[in-house]
Amino acid sequence: MDKKYLFKRNNVWWVKLAVPVYLREKLGFDLRKSTGEKDLEKALLVRDSIVSEFKSKFSKDIEQKSPFESDFLNKTTYFDYASTTPVDERVIEKMKECLSFEGAFGNSGSRSHVYGWKAEELVEEARFNVANLLSCDPREIIWTSGATESDNLAIKGAAYFYKSKGRHIITSKIEHKAVLDVCRQLEKENFEVTYLDPNESGVIPPQAVKDAIREDTVLVSLMQINNEIGVLNDIEQIGLITRENGTIFHVDAAQSAGKIPIDLSKLNVDLMSFSAHKIYGPKGIGALYIRRKPRVRLQPLFHGGGQERGIRAGTLPTHQIVGMGEAFRIAQEQMEIDHKRLTDFRSILWNGLKDMEEVYINGSIDNSFPGIFNMSFNFVEGESLIMALKNIAVSSGSACTSASLEPSYVLRALGRPDELAHSSIRFSFGRFTRKEEVENTVDLVKNSVSQLREISPLWEMYQDGIDLDKIEWA
Amino acid sequence: MAYSQKVVDKFEETLKNPEGASVGRWKPGDKDFHRVGTGIVGAPACGDVMKLQIKCENIEGENRIVDARFKTYGCGSAIASSGQLIDMLKGKTLEEAQNISNQEIVDILELPAIKIHCSVLAEEAIHRAIDDFKSLRNND
Repeated sequence: MDKKYLFKRNNVWWVKLAVPVYLREKLGFDLRKSTGEKDLEKALLVRDSIVSEFKSKFSKDIEQKSPFESDFLNKTTYFDYASTTPVDERVIEKMKECLSFEGAFGNSGSRSHVYGWKAEELVEEARFNVANLLSCDPREIIWTSGATESDNLAIKGAAYFYKSKGRHIITSKIEHKAVLDVCRQLEKENFEVTYLDPNESGVIPPQAVKDAIREDTVLVSLMQINNEIGVLNDIEQIGLITRENGTIFHVDAAQSAGKIPIDLSKLNVDLMSFSAHKIYGPKGIGALYIRRKPRVRLQPLFHGGGQERGIRAGTLPTHQIVGMGEAFRIAQEQMEIDHKRLTDFRSILWNGLKDMEEVYINGSIDNSFPGIFNMSFNFVEGESLIMALKNIAVSSGSACTSASLEPSYVLRALGRPDELAHSSIRFSFGRFTRKEEVENTVDLVKNSVSQLREISPLWEMYQDGIDLDKIEWA
Repeated sequence: MAYSQKVVDKFEETLKNPEGASVGRWKPGDKDFHRVGTGIVGAPACGDVMKLQIKCENIEGENRIVDARFKTYGCGSAIASSGQLIDMLKGKTLEEAQNISNQEIVDILELPAIKIHCSVLAEEAIHRAIDDFKSLRNND
């Protein structure tokens, strides 16, 4: 019987609901409420009425309110969800239950007592939630410290394990550093890596994968949603190609899991990396999907207590895992509504800005995740625009925000001229973004861009009709 | 990038009141254009372009910078550095201006190490503008 939300105190059933802190006062809702029933059957009925009352109020509120609403105007608007997300209050509640002596603090590896059993139960429930979102078997999910570790484990693990079969790996030029740097390392270890070019909108053409596959290709590693431009790769199509060629297919899904539907029972993906903190879970926890049929084997990176079937040793962090499980469970519930809101937000921003002169979308608007929107405002340097938009937290592909002084390698790989890469800004929205925040941003961006163009010598030249490409720059 | 308050203030002041911060230009055809030296340094592909103009007058046998204008494409500290340079230039003789070092700008704005190139750019801009002004004289 589903005893969700129910717990027993002094023999009476109670209902406990986790709601975001910001909603509590507003709702005037008692979060821990006795059903007054000792009998479970009756308690379930009371629970259902409490839950439905709660949900009717809650769904309406979560749609419109952000945790920062009351003093929103004085605060910085957060448009950097692709970088990380705040942890959902519901997730925090769950995590808190896994830390103290009263909670499930035990080591899930302890088989000899109830403390261990409780922790293990929660870990497995979380594994189930993650697997459920992705339509895979829970036994195919391995906990890691995050998507970077998952990428390392997938790529190095497969490369080392299968090196007698071949030493060729295929990836793309616009992968996350967690993939590119692993590939660079493997090159030093005598593996050969092909870095595919994206097309100009940022997609890796499946045909390019097909053309690059050789007899000694053991692994193809590509991302599903690009973290800088939000563009989607055709994982389904590429999976058909890799499966046909008997090549292992690893997909970095750090930006996509919980945001777009992923059905691993249908996709020919062998390894997939996940992160919790991109989807309202805690930092420091992630997972790797490792297909069982056909079976994929990896050489472990960590050795130790044999946890995670020996593939990833280390005591499992129960609170982190439970947080990830809850975040993924919520993501499944909210995916559709989240996605719809993000699509609206992107339209508001783009419709508000598209009539400006010399504005470009980096990537594509049709084939992309709406929560990540990357634009270039020509003749305005990205970092200065970020500085001018001081009450909006965004990121830029401009060199000036990075230590390397190189503009975004992703935008350059799309064939964007350097000056447009320097002029780029990434807006990324999320679950707690409000419509007003996006609407206000339209005017702020317009004003700031025109102020900065006013002081830009390049804008002046452009207005004078000078072709900037024909100038010999000092 | 955490900037000093000075960079932030200079940047915001420039944006809010460009004219007061000497943003602008003299262009061919303007009355005094023959007394204006122009220096453009940097490149769009590098993310920084600074255009500096100095207007000089011969006062008691010495060429002095009586006014200066700029436009800058670049990061916040590049814009702040240009503004700072302008403040330092006005009233100086060409020789004095020639001797302005980028370190002075670094010190005043408390530029972080990675942004020192912005001050170097400003130093180059003044050198170019002076050279340009002198070449105009030679052509007279």
